[in-house]
Amino acid sequence: MKFTLSWLRDHLDTTKSVDEICTALNSIGLEVESVEDPSKTLGNFRIARILTASQHPNADRLQVCQVNAGEGFENVQVVCGAPNARAGLVTIFAPVGTYVPGSDITLKAGKIRGEQSNGMMCSTEELGLGAEQDGIMELPEEAPIGTAYVDFAKLNDPVIEIAITPNRGDALSIRNIARDLAAVGIGTLKPWEPKVVEGEFSSEIKWDNQFKAACPWVLGRTIANVKNGPSPEWLQARLRAVGVRPISLLVDITNFFTFDLGRPLHVFDVDKITGKTLAICPGQGEKFVALDGKEYQVTDKDCVIADQSGVQSLAGLMGGEHTGVTEETTTVFVECALFNPVTIALSGRRHFITTDARQRFERGVDQALLPQAMEAATQMILDLCGGKASEVVIAGEEPEWQRDATLRYSSLENFGGLAVDPERVVNILTSLGFGVQDQNDQSVTVSVPSWRNDIVMSMSMAQHPSIAADKADQLKEIAQAMEGEIDLIEEILRIEGLDHVPAVSLPVNQAVPQAAVTAEQERLILCARLLAARGLIETVGFSFVDHEVAARLGDAPEDLRLLNPISSDMDQLRPTPLASLLPTVQRNIVRGWGNIAFFEVGPAFSQDGERRVAAGVRYGYMPRNIDGKAQEVSLWDVKTDVYFVLDGLGVAVDSLQVTKETPIYYHPGRSGRLSLGPKNILAYFGELHPSLVKEFGFDQAPMIFEIMTDNIIFKKAQKKKAPFLPPFQPLKRDFAFVVKLDVEVGKVLSAAKQADRQLLTNVELFDVYVGDKVAEGHKSVAIQVTLQPQDRSLKDEEIEAVSQKIIKEVARLTGGTLR
Amino acid sequence: MDQDLESIKQDTLSALDQAQDLRAWDAVRVATLGKSAPLTQKLKELGKCPPELRKERGGILNRLRDELTQAIETRKVVLEERALNEKLNAEAIDVTMPVSVTAGMLHPLRRTIEEIIAIFGAMGFKVAEGPNVDTDWFNFSALNIDENHPARADHDTFYLPTKTLDGQQNLLRTQTSTVQIRTLLDQEPPIRIIAPGRTYRADHDATHSPMFHQCEGMVVEKGLTLGHLKGCLVDFLRAFFGIPHLPVRFRSSYFPFTEPSMEIDIGWNRKTGELGGGSDWLEILGAGMMHSRVLANCGVDPREWQAFAFGMGIERLTMLKYGISDLRSFYEGDVRWLRHYGFSSFRSVALHEGI
Repeated sequence: MKFTLSWLRDHLDTTKSVDEICTALNSIGLEVESVEDPSKTLGNFRIARILTASQHPNADRLQVCQVNAGEGFENVQVVCGAPNARAGLVTIFAPVGTYVPGSDITLKAGKIRGEQSNGMMCSTEELGLGAEQDGIMELPEEAPIGTAYVDFAKLNDPVIEIAITPNRGDALSIRNIARDLAAVGIGTLKPWEPKVVEGEFSSEIKWDNQFKAACPWVLGRTIANVKNGPSPEWLQARLRAVGVRPISLLVDITNFFTFDLGRPLHVFDVDKITGKTLAICPGQGEKFVALDGKEYQVTDKDCVIADQSGVQSLAGLMGGEHTGVTEETTTVFVECALFNPVTIALSGRRHFITTDARQRFERGVDQALLPQAMEAATQMILDLCGGKASEVVIAGEEPEWQRDATLRYSSLENFGGLAVDPERVVNILTSLGFGVQDQNDQSVTVSVPSWRNDIVMSMSMAQHPSIAADKADQLKEIAQAMEGEIDLIEEILRIEGLDHVPAVSLPVNQAVPQAAVTAEQERLILCARLLAARGLIETVGFSFVDHEVAARLGDAPEDLRLLNPISSDMDQLRPTPLASLLPTVQRNIVRGWGNIAFFEVGPAFSQDGERRVAAGVRYGYMPRNIDGKAQEVSLWDVKTDVYFVLDGLGVAVDSLQVTKETPIYYHPGRSGRLSLGPKNILAYFGELHPSLVKEFGFDQAPMIFEIMTDNIIFKKAQKKKAPFLPPFQPLKRDFAFVVKLDVEVGKVLSAAKQADRQLLTNVELFDVYVGDKVAEGHKSVAIQVTLQPQDRSLKDEEIEAVSQKIIKEVARLTGGTLR
Repeated sequence: MDQDLESIKQDTLSALDQAQDLRAWDAVRVATLGKSAPLTQKLKELGKCPPELRKERGGILNRLRDELTQAIETRKVVLEERALNEKLNAEAIDVTMPVSVTAGMLHPLRRTIEEIIAIFGAMGFKVAEGPNVDTDWFNFSALNIDENHPARADHDTFYLPTKTLDGQQNLLRTQTSTVQIRTLLDQEPPIRIIAPGRTYRADHDATHSPMFHQCEGMVVEKGLTLGHLKGCLVDFLRAFFGIPHLPVRFRSSYFPFTEPSMEIDIGWNRKTGELGGGSDWLEILGAGMMHSRVLANCGVDPREWQAFAFGMGIERLTMLKYGISDLRSFYEGDVRWLRHYGFSSFRSVALHEGI
């Protein structure tokens, strides 16, 4: 919502500065979005006369001009390229140091092709005011040299733009803004009492309201013998300043009231209306061309205004082209209606029409203002266009909008945190237009003004079905009963200023606060820290990805595809954070950063719901030791990552089962699944499937992992048992077994371990050999076992017995023989 | 001293001088003090000496032996030192050769979330969570945004094609306020929660991202006033930015789920970006006393319980605190950016260490 200072002053008697007004607006909930003060931004542009203009010695298209721009700038040399620059021309001049908004430059003194130039002569385009011009501005001969151009052109009215919150439709009226400002002490609201224009004849056009739900009340009036044409300069300037293009007197007058009173109006050209009746009714699928020249097909949910030939207006949104007024119009019918906000909002959304009228109707206009607005508009039309007015024709009636609200003074302190003197409370409310109905030393009851649709508004509740019906009803009543008082508290605090409410620290609810996060939440934090400790860098990727990427990385069900994505590469909820990570890695490679270790802890979506997954990608080479060769990232790096995290999160990693059942996007022979038991899957790790390596355009295979943190069964931290720390030195023994190539090393290790679960505290792999020293189709698996004597030193024969048991168990479970 | 002994002495000293390593030195030692050394022999033969000369002769020989032993030991120290120096020289390596430090990093958004948790945690808040995919009831209706409310259109919601069993439209939550509702339904007051999380709006330009992070906060207690809301947020902002006197301004505003509603600005200098100074204001938070309808929608008696709620943009807070200029860079995953703005996982987020 834009308005100018002078327009505001039509309604507000004030001497306050623009800055003071803006500070007040910000405080009372009318947030200032911008202030344009042309006398500040364009004050440097002066009116000047070109004294002489001569051909530039070194450039065909340039002239060297001597310019008189008034005091201090009586004889300035300017090099100018405009074809119309000539001696005697009165134009706009900007001295050195001026910021030129149209070209976004700040002028400096300098030489142009060897000739000194100390400023610039301008068109309005360069001031950011008008369309492209051929050459520099040509001002009238008598324009006062040295005066600021904005003062001469009366462009010096500051324009303030405020944001309107959805509840404050009333502030889409300059008069109501003035009222708020008066309440907060920025001046006095001027009285406004439009004169009643007596009708001189009965209106030939009548209303036929068939859609009272959408239009409870409508006024109309014929004005005959008008003369349309361009509006006076002051009206055009105001409309331009607030962003409305002046069209013609009759249209400009309706737009004037849209801003001045927040009261949209419409004028029909009576000579183009077919028949004598304008029907307000639901649409019937007809097509009509609106004032924007576009064709709309109306539905039975839209409220339209139709004559005998068809739809002439999409009510509350936009009038029709056919009955719109033109320069030739001589008789008009003025419409001043009250429309249902929801009907207008839905029609606007349905037809993608955003107009100043819609903006006001959908937030709700002043429900009582119609007669006065009609009189004010009539008077303005008569004043500017001449003519005579008919009687007012009315359909429907003023709705019963009256309601009261009661405020207990004590609630201001008990709820609002600020004690306010009752007299002050009443003053604020009355200055905002509330009427005192009843008053005692505890409370005040006021009537709500007709324009404040946000106070004690009726609105439906949406109680959760789990709440028992009688409790729900009771709570609903309580909430509704509280509404008026809280609305009034808000009004008082808004005007008093929230800054005056003393800030009170929250009372301590526990001397020492308990942990803010649950054990599960803490686990996710720890998971990220562990991964970073492994050298991986955390990323945050969007939860949605390209559905084709999602399909290749698991699944892309229609149910998880956005109905309204902003682009096709962000249309599918990702099945795994890898769907975000892999493209991210690829982007870094393209930028020339090919050694990547990334992880993300974030949501993964499936038709079963959301889970949190810690996923990671390693690509390129591992950090190089100075005396070692750079190693390509390998499966072992990501397997270590996963074990490190699971161990850190308290999983008994020795009990993990490693199997080969991995999702389709893993290399089937180079990936593993970690689970506790067959059902509880904790992680996958491995190489990206070769076909995906190719599709993503990687030069080598990324190593990937996913940890399903939600699946880690969390045990509450318990006291640990005292550790058993035998004093006897452990013994180490090495074995090498020859097994068939397809025997998994993991099996050999677990077979050996099984030989004596008490004595064997560790079984480690130290070599796998395949080559001519073992039989073809076989490999040698060398392991080292650690024997920990428990309560005494071991005798040689005991050691030998364990060794034999190891050999036997490995043979039994893997078919391996001692090498 | 006879000629013989003088030559033993001179020979030994010169041999020691010539001994350049410990092996040569040891040869000299053996040749001088060993069993078959001439001096040793002479000492052995002392018994054959006439008794009247024996004492004098013995004294001479023993002194010579002591003198030579001393010289040998001294030489040993010199040679050992030389040997050590040679070894040290030989072992020297070029320590200017580079090593690679490849610490991992945590994302700055995580850091901010953890700091928020630490500060509100100290004020007795707990972290609550809710799903990313939620329904229009949790995201709008329960929050007093009915179907025709203009705020619904303002939110640029991403919708999913599915509905829940009870007919609620599935969508990506546009605000973490959904967690307020879930918490009110799940827990009995008194409640102090914050809910950091991902939120989504169909908007993408330099200052809007289709996904971003919010942190919701809610307090439901008896005897709360708007003054507590102000105190809580002022306390938070000053702790978070580490500026004890950070100017904080409260402006009336509107949210459907709070009344009175307000927007909160902090003082800063728009030109330099310096927080706490300057004469400009920067919007940073939205807040308000929870609307009685929202409480009633969730089964809480608004006469009995007072409540306030607030919401803040986590990216915004992060950008301000660390001077990050581009919103989009948070999600781009540029390794150079992540290394630049990332945090060590070993850096604690704790009030006693300073947030």
